[in-house]
Amino acid sequence: MTPLLMADLTVFTLSVLVGFEVISKVPATLHTPLMSGANAIHGVVLIGVMLLALSVTTAGGYLLLGVAAFFGAANVAGGYAVTDRMLGMFRSRS
Amino acid sequence: MSAFDTAVHLVYLACATLFVAGLYLMNAPGTARRGNRLSAAGMLVAIAVTVAVLVEDGGLTAGAVVGLTVGAVAGGAAGLIAARRVRMTAMPQLVSLFNAVGGGAAALIALGDRATGAQAAVTGALDVVIGGITFSGSLIASGKLAGRVPGRPIVVPGGRIASAVLVVAAAGLAVLAGPGRATLPLAGVAGCALVLGVLLTLPIGGADMPVVISLLNACTGTAVAMAGFVLGSTPLIIAGALVGAAGAILTKLMADAMNRSVLAIVAGGYGSGDEVAVTPASGTPGVREISADDAGIQLGYAAKVVIVPGYGLAAAQAQHEVVALAQALTERGVDVSYAIHPVAGRMPGHMNVLLAEANAPYEQLKDLDESNPAFPGTDVALVVGANDVTNPAARRPGNAVSGMPILDVDKARSVIVIKRSLGHGYAGIDNELYHDPRTAMLFADAKAALTALLAAVRAYAA
Repeated sequence: MTPLLMADLTVFTLSVLVGFEVISKVPATLHTPLMSGANAIHGVVLIGVMLLALSVTTAGGYLLLGVAAFFGAANVAGGYAVTDRMLGMFRSRS
Repeated sequence: MSAFDTAVHLVYLACATLFVAGLYLMNAPGTARRGNRLSAAGMLVAIAVTVAVLVEDGGLTAGAVVGLTVGAVAGGAAGLIAARRVRMTAMPQLVSLFNAVGGGAAALIALGDRATGAQAAVTGALDVVIGGITFSGSLIASGKLAGRVPGRPIVVPGGRIASAVLVVAAAGLAVLAGPGRATLPLAGVAGCALVLGVLLTLPIGGADMPVVISLLNACTGTAVAMAGFVLGSTPLIIAGALVGAAGAILTKLMADAMNRSVLAIVAGGYGSGDEVAVTPASGTPGVREISADDAGIQLGYAAKVVIVPGYGLAAAQAQHEVVALAQALTERGVDVSYAIHPVAGRMPGHMNVLLAEANAPYEQLKDLDESNPAFPGTDVALVVGANDVTNPAARRPGNAVSGMPILDVDKARSVIVIKRSLGHGYAGIDNELYHDPRTAMLFADAKAALTALLAAVRAYAA
């Protein structure tokens, strides 16, 4: 196991623990926006797609890159937008 | 490490902090929107700094620039349009769709990375397997929620054996796809995962979809973290792990709310209608019907009314009508509240979103634990299209809903149920509540019935 993988594993484990700690306090009322908001956060995959673009050189690779970018961007943009719309409804009460 | 690299890493760290802070702020309705925007800001910065990384590297070919730009712009536009246009009742299927594309993107990263000859073996295969299952599984879940795929459990003949074979095949191919330039076996792994996702989701009934969506969301998070391992990208690992943990917790909470284990839900087959039939508890067969006018008068002269909204309300998109009725009753001095079961609607907390959309006062929304002690002091419990979550049979062992926490509607002084027919809920069993002498049935579509009730309250209870 390389030191790099070791460091990545550490970050992964600690992040899981932080996730458990932060999420377990959310009330049931907000579970849908929370899930939708978490869904938007995994749209960070778009950054992975961008980094992948550095090593793609074939026509098939470009196509695959385009599809992946489409998926990732739809996830991140749509996820945040729909969560914001939902939460706006929670606030707009008289 | 160059100064540029250091700066990039620090910015990524700041973005990860924003994600955590954003999620943390989502623990209260007052700060939740700020939290989501904070998280979105972190995402924008992370994307911007990644653009800077690509420019600084200078290694992008023209084809990659075109593929990336066209894909991202089209995807972003599609996501935004869908998010703007979606009706709140259809939101669970959209969230599931976003989840599908997220998992798909994660799987494509591992495939693309392998095609360029990189060596991440174990995490790469895991990424493809989890991402592939999430992609096709979420598509099926979304289809079930939208009614494009039948909501009942679909048992594929030999599905379990086929799943087992696919798991073995995927594992074998993943070994073949070990370190080296083997792209084809990894594509085979992806194919196995896609079929597995379909086979795993089809046998799960519509009532279990809240749990499944949550579980698949957790899987996407994990797939994204694995993509982070493949690319050596810390923001992906952190964000993916956060989402994986969030999804896991929500899954557990949802399963608990239905008194079912996550494993039993994934095994599927619930609600196929072949469970042991439940006979009415008391010796009063037959069902009492009530007209909208009579029901309206009863509501208008009650001191305390608890409204129990269920999937029937969401399906009829009658959230505005129910809130209008509640408001009219409140104006008459009736004490009105909503009793919301954790799995009402099609996603955890979906019913709260629908009622919030219709501007129901936040303090009138009560959860299960808060509502149940109030039922004995309630004059009228108005059940709108909720079935399994009000079935007193859950208190006895030996049936499909046994042990599920329910709303104690039967403890109210009288009950009015708005429902289109005596049809079964997802659990596929009779609701004993409908045979209770204190229960009156108002057979109609939720929207039409609530409009008629409002008219009756205004006309007769003036």
